[in-house]
Amino acid sequence: MKKVLFLLAVVSPIVMADDINKGRELAFDRSRGNCLACHMMEGGEMPGNVAPPLIAMKTRFPERSVLREQVWDATIRNPESVMPPYGRHGVLTEEEIDQVVDFVHSL
Amino acid sequence: MFVRFLPVLFMILSSASMADVEADREAFRAFYAKRFSSIPVEAHVDGVYALDEAKRAQWLEMEEFPPYEFSVDDGEALYDEPFTDGSGYGDCFADGGAVKHLYPRFEGGEVVTMEVAVNQCRVQHGMESLAYDSEEMMQLTSYIAYASRDQLIDIKVPEDALPAYERGKQFYYSRRGQLNFSCSHCHMQIVGSQLRAEVLSASYGHVTHWPTYRLKWQEVGSLHRRFAECNGQVGAEALPLQSQPYRELEYFLTAIARGLLLNGPASRK
Repeated sequence: MKKVLFLLAVVSPIVMADDINKGRELAFDRSRGNCLACHMMEGGEMPGNVAPPLIAMKTRFPERSVLREQVWDATIRNPESVMPPYGRHGVLTEEEIDQVVDFVHSL
Repeated sequence: MFVRFLPVLFMILSSASMADVEADREAFRAFYAKRFSSIPVEAHVDGVYALDEAKRAQWLEMEEFPPYEFSVDDGEALYDEPFTDGSGYGDCFADGGAVKHLYPRFEGGEVVTMEVAVNQCRVQHGMESLAYDSEEMMQLTSYIAYASRDQLIDIKVPEDALPAYERGKQFYYSRRGQLNFSCSHCHMQIVGSQLRAEVLSASYGHVTHWPTYRLKWQEVGSLHRRFAECNGQVGAEALPLQSQPYRELEYFLTAIARGLLLNGPASRK
């Protein structure tokens, strides 16, 4: 077990960078995450203005798990939220949600 | 004891609902009047072009040579063509087809839209029904919309139509599809904001200008086609044109638009 944790600690920075890139692709892709439809964020062209810009995300969401829950199903916190429940409705896979969350948390 | 009073209870409930149609209409007007305080609520008959000056300018240019013009002309020719029994649409519709402001109507226990009425007229006179997405249907309804221009929507919701009205209203407020949007989420809650470059329009006025030529379609299409497109965009099942849920949604949206000016056919991006 300790060995595994050690390995993860060494490997994870590389995995993270890769996940962030995959997350960005999903966030910009019109037919997948399409976060840009509503949120402005760095590097994204023609963003919508329905929802808050994605900036200073670590300040707004110190806990990654809270941000993940928001992406998975925003109606848990706000039943009237218009944000699609990416996890609950299976719009993205659990792995893809992690990638998007890694990307968004890096903004 | 309770059963004895049930009919009375029903009467109270349904008379309350009668008033509700008017209350819903007032609420819709008040909502958009407050949200867009610098825009007269009647201006929403132009949809997005009531909200965005630059898009409006482009649209007015497009309207100089209206892309639905041929559809109206061809529709007029079809409208005047007699049926095989010698009768014609004029035997079904008054005032040269300037009747759109009276539709949808509630008849025979169902919502009868303009398209359904066209087919009922044909069948009554021994003609075959037209497919709801056929060019001929779009041409005929384009002509009827044009002939009905400048009339004010004047439909009434009789008591026996209230369940249909209520179902339409339910549809409007129900979340659907993978993306979990109701009509009201986009067209009330976040109305006026932009999804990427697209501005979300007000529902008050959504029904005044159909059929519509959309650049995206490159042809004239119906309100129900737009409903189906909307449903698809939120990852929900698109229902058949003129299916009961779409007819009832149209009925609800038209009832709350009573008094608005008809301005169809229209052009849209």
